[in-house]
Amino acid sequence: MDQTQLSVEESAHNLEKHADVQLDITVEQLKKLVSPRAFTGETMLLNMGPQHPSTHGVLRLLLELDGETVVSCIPDIGFLHTGIEKTHEGKTYLKGLPLTDRTDYLAPMINNLAYCGAIEKLCEIDVPLRAQYLRVILAELTRMNSHLVWLGTHALDIGAMSVFLYCMRERELLLDVFESVSGARMMSSYFRPGGLWRDVPDVFFDLVRKVMDVFPGRIIEYERLLKENPIWRERTVGIGVIGKADAIAWGMTGPSLRGSGVNYDIRKAFPYSSYDHFDFSVPLGTKGDVYDRYRCRLDEFTQSLKIIKQALDRLPPGPVITDDRKFAPPPKHEIAYSMESLIHHFKLWTEGFRGPNADVYFAVESGKGEYGVYIHGDGGPKPRRVHFRAPSLCNLQALPQMSDGALIADLVGIIGSVDIVLGEVDR
Amino acid sequence: MAESTSLAAALGDAVTNTVVFRDEVTLLTTRERLVEVLTHLRDVERFEMLTDETCVDFHPGEPRFALVYQLTSLERAMRVRVKIMLSGADRVAPTVMGVYRNANWLERELYDLFGITFEGHPDLRRIMMPADYQGHPLLKEVPVTVEEVAFSFNRRRIDDTKIYAGE
Repeated sequence: MDQTQLSVEESAHNLEKHADVQLDITVEQLKKLVSPRAFTGETMLLNMGPQHPSTHGVLRLLLELDGETVVSCIPDIGFLHTGIEKTHEGKTYLKGLPLTDRTDYLAPMINNLAYCGAIEKLCEIDVPLRAQYLRVILAELTRMNSHLVWLGTHALDIGAMSVFLYCMRERELLLDVFESVSGARMMSSYFRPGGLWRDVPDVFFDLVRKVMDVFPGRIIEYERLLKENPIWRERTVGIGVIGKADAIAWGMTGPSLRGSGVNYDIRKAFPYSSYDHFDFSVPLGTKGDVYDRYRCRLDEFTQSLKIIKQALDRLPPGPVITDDRKFAPPPKHEIAYSMESLIHHFKLWTEGFRGPNADVYFAVESGKGEYGVYIHGDGGPKPRRVHFRAPSLCNLQALPQMSDGALIADLVGIIGSVDIVLGEVDR
Repeated sequence: MAESTSLAAALGDAVTNTVVFRDEVTLLTTRERLVEVLTHLRDVERFEMLTDETCVDFHPGEPRFALVYQLTSLERAMRVRVKIMLSGADRVAPTVMGVYRNANWLERELYDLFGITFEGHPDLRRIMMPADYQGHPLLKEVPVTVEEVAFSFNRRRIDDTKIYAGE
């Protein structure tokens, strides 16, 4: 049987299988999405994605084009829907943690922080100060990691190839730090409800100091490549403009919102994990175009370094996980001598801890914006519902407005400037 | 808390109950008055951003669904949660797109994953699942996993049901 025959048979089988399927959309409903001009041949319909290098993953855009101008842009998402929220319902609170790494896979530690923070709020767990400071250091390193990948791919989309290579080079330094603490370079799962998995090794401080030494010079290097580059400015200034009021109405957060000049940073507005102990500023844009969003993110590198430096200097000694044995396992040497510790250990690893029948919402400032976790417990060891408020999803919703009337070449820049991660959009 | 009483007092009988848990204020309202409550919160109390909209399934409890609206006021640095309860037999809620336009995709997601219909929504299509998908995966009657775990005694039987069987 050759390949063509197989595929014909397969599609016939599929048709047969779906013969009784009722679609809950009609062609009429879909026709309303584009202007009537598309059906008279005045404008052209074009699919961009899901397999397109400039859509940063599996984003599909249905574009209606008048020549090279975008008349309407209809994003189609869901290609990476993995049912993470459903999977959480079948796992205990602790076992759900590694799943959070996989939502925004460029900022795993920040996702861990949001998830652990929500559980800590739900169960009223106190986190030791040393763990809070270490969380801040790691979250800021993760933010830099997220921004580096954004800068590299964004610049690559617009045509600056070398920036991508430099960004990947610096990212290695950060991944080395994550590897030193957790053993994993990307999916770290290092945070635990109540603190951290273990204290950081000594090599961690050397690696972070290396990052601190290297980075300021590298940021200047990126700026020299892009900031005054006439081609870069031509491609970004005045493109994809979104005003203050619109950005808020679309629920945009993070650097995409701050590029429009709205001062909203969760680290300042609703401080968590001792962010209020540190002195840093929030970079703001003015016009809300692609260039302003780029400036905001690039300035955040400097602020992140500033926070890391303060946290390192003032890092207190002490435990890194709560001593409440109902939520954190006892140390191994205690188990051999204490019956109570043995019981706690057994209960934690067989059943897990229980969350009350109530709901909490806890949000952190991720590299993309407000990453929130909504948990509704049911009194048992598994949550009733876990929901992730994905910043990329809300930011992406504003794309049709930002790209209205733009050239198709600029659309690529606009998608890059919103900084989406499809793992988080589709969850 | 003072803020929760003042928020609820201004809304009068539109708010049926106020819950404060871990310093988070939740206002319960009915679906008939949801749009009115959200409009008031946006215009008078300056909660200008709809941060999140989601749903909780209490199956087999009744009322079965809770729709949760998470609002944020940027200038007051305040959050409030608005909740309505829906019965399992009548899964219809009004759309809040007229108040917060980013409810568009969030409501499409709830329609897709929970099967809740939003009255007045202009473009209620599936967003995460494929267009020909049957059912709503986040409902509690949908099992979390349908795959049997393979051990040595049942591995062969499970293998025979796989796509790669016979290769």
